[in-house]
Amino acid sequence: MSNVRSMLLVGVGGQGAILTAKVLVAGLMEAGYDVKMSEVHGMSQRGGSVSTQVHWGEKVNSPVIGKGAADLIVAFEKMEAVRYADYLKPDGIVVVNDYEIASSSIAAGLCEYPEGCLEAMQKNYKCYVVKAAEIAESLGNTRCMNIVLFGSLVKALGMDTMVDWEDVISRTVPEKFRELNLNAYRAGLSAVAS
Amino acid sequence: MERYLLSGNEAISRGAYEAGVQVCSAYPGTPSTEIFEELPRYKDVLYCEWAPNEKVATEVAYGASIAGVRSLCAMKHVGLNVAADPVFTAAYNGVNGGFVIVSADDPSMHSSQNEQDNRYYARAAKIPMIEPSDSQECLDFMKEAYEISERFDVPVLFRTTTRVAHSKSIVTLGERKEHEVKPYERNARKYIASPANAYQNHPKLERSMKELEAFGNTSSLNRMELKGTKIGVISASIAYHYAKDAFPEDTSFLKLGLTNPLPMDLIRSFAEKVDQLYVIEELEGFMEEQIRAAGIPCIGKELIGNMYELNPQLIRERVFKETAPVTDIGVKAVSRPPALCPGCPHRGFFYTMSRHKDFVVAGDIGCYTLGGSAPLSALDSVICMGAGFSAAMGMSKAFEQTGQKRKVFGVLGDSTFFHSGMTGAAEIIYNKGNLIPVVLDNHITGMTGHQDNPGSGYTLQGDIAESLKIEEILASYGFKNVIIVDPQDLKAMEQAVQDALNSEVPAAIIVRRPCLLIKRIKHDISKCVVDEDKCIGCRMCIGVGCPAIMVKDKKAHIDQNQCVGCTVCAQVCPKSAISRKEN
Repeated sequence: MSNVRSMLLVGVGGQGAILTAKVLVAGLMEAGYDVKMSEVHGMSQRGGSVSTQVHWGEKVNSPVIGKGAADLIVAFEKMEAVRYADYLKPDGIVVVNDYEIASSSIAAGLCEYPEGCLEAMQKNYKCYVVKAAEIAESLGNTRCMNIVLFGSLVKALGMDTMVDWEDVISRTVPEKFRELNLNAYRAGLSAVAS
Repeated sequence: MERYLLSGNEAISRGAYEAGVQVCSAYPGTPSTEIFEELPRYKDVLYCEWAPNEKVATEVAYGASIAGVRSLCAMKHVGLNVAADPVFTAAYNGVNGGFVIVSADDPSMHSSQNEQDNRYYARAAKIPMIEPSDSQECLDFMKEAYEISERFDVPVLFRTTTRVAHSKSIVTLGERKEHEVKPYERNARKYIASPANAYQNHPKLERSMKELEAFGNTSSLNRMELKGTKIGVISASIAYHYAKDAFPEDTSFLKLGLTNPLPMDLIRSFAEKVDQLYVIEELEGFMEEQIRAAGIPCIGKELIGNMYELNPQLIRERVFKETAPVTDIGVKAVSRPPALCPGCPHRGFFYTMSRHKDFVVAGDIGCYTLGGSAPLSALDSVICMGAGFSAAMGMSKAFEQTGQKRKVFGVLGDSTFFHSGMTGAAEIIYNKGNLIPVVLDNHITGMTGHQDNPGSGYTLQGDIAESLKIEEILASYGFKNVIIVDPQDLKAMEQAVQDALNSEVPAAIIVRRPCLLIKRIKHDISKCVVDEDKCIGCRMCIGVGCPAIMVKDKKAHIDQNQCVGCTVCAQVCPKSAISRKEN
């Protein structure tokens, strides 16, 4: 379906990609789109590679796409951007967190963390590198890294004025983290040059 | 109208609620678990529970049906293997209140030990099968499933897959309609499955299936979307949406929601309307085989294949030879398999096992399956729920028979112990097994996302429950030496293993420490740090397989974001270079 836009949120189990997708989807629904998303639960959540897909448009059929079909990938970890790069359209956009998490196979010394992940993404795609972990830490809580990235993805897709995202975030995140997440969102927006 | 974005599982839960269901029982299993996690919100008007296993859940739900109320059970695909026994006979007996069995299949094995296609169960048991393709259908078809169950006097198999269960799409809700409770009267002829009664029930079931096939030809569960006459596609479940995206705009579709028995007249009339007929289905050629057997030519599995999940792009590639535009970016990601969490109580146990290369360790299904991954690599087998004990028994008997002296351990978790480990424990005592059964008791059903079980002290509805004591159960079976040990203390863990091996009487080990992710328990969390002056880069700490530790520039490094201060790494460090920061 040509009018459907597709996004992959990829990272490591436990990084909070599902909350990011939740905020995005709440806004897309408010804007009147048909929305489908797909998550995988279970074993891969235990520190494994995880991906969540979000699709929106006038009418969405499939909740999953295959290779070469994503408009945007948001990578919460830079090697995960490389892992899922095949899913991007040739003119696809990448928002990648400049953040490294060793996999258990790397920690076990079975292989090395690959060099040049960010450079490869920058060379081949329209790529925004965001230091979301540093930004989140400067805001006082590394866990809001996911909402920093959310701000960046909204900006990268030119959707920052589509709905009142601050209102959507306020409604979606727990009350006591509201201010933190609003700050994270704003920092994420400004981390991507317009 | 209020629109909600619901997962298929949430929508199934809602559909059962709206259908007036009264009694619900399940055992958790990905990708079915969230159906029952959603149900307690309706506990004012229905009863829901976690059963010890899928067979019990199915029997509880079927019993409720006999007693006259609408009932539900749910399980992952392999759970239906456990529950198959009552399902086949419930088909013969029939129902009183509507009875729906949800089976959630897992193509591509995102969180499973195989990708069996449970549609064949519907054929084998001769029960109708309903397959929704999105969340709205999950809700609507659930209500239809109860109508069909009661109208045709059969249980209904409601089959989803991971992408139906875990995808979210927009749903419009309805209202709950209280279902009239059927008066209960003893009906021995119908419900006592004696040979004589079963003999009479079988032809009744065959008649029901014939009537269901006729019903399917006109049911709104099956629909034609006629466009062009060149290509027609028959599809069901999630594959329908994949095919909609992959096939040309002018393709006609026959979208099936009732897939057993197949509505063969409807299929034939659809086939006659198009030049070329495709059958697009994930996993086996379940529909295709029957359509071909009915003499209707079609294209399907020879192009699509019968393994793993499909998606629109794979269909484009396999049917139309259109390859995806993929760029080689010159860098490759290395594998990122799941691992035991930092601070996981299973780590101390598996580390201890990994130090004894002569041990044979039969494992089981749960988070502790990860004890088989490098660097721990401390498992010899994982088969199914309960096999941790009983397959270990078979191995030890084989070693005995052939004069091999091997030290055999059978390992499973607390929830698995109640699921089907207890029978294995009885087997070990009864038949004088020469092995050590080990229960990894973390007080919760972990891998599926923390569901309560008979040992956890709570019910699904949040009530306090009797907490079954594994040590008392094992003792009552005849394990005269039940050793309880905290795996976080590696010396004690090793001592427990040696004591069990040296025991003169039947011994079992309970490795006890709650999962760190249990929210209602206050955990003692801190951080471990490396003294770089003491660290010699020997990599001993890497051997515990903790995701928080890695060696950088010949020194151990502990990620302070991940570490919880369990000290297992500190205990294996030969230079005492790792210490725990006290809070």
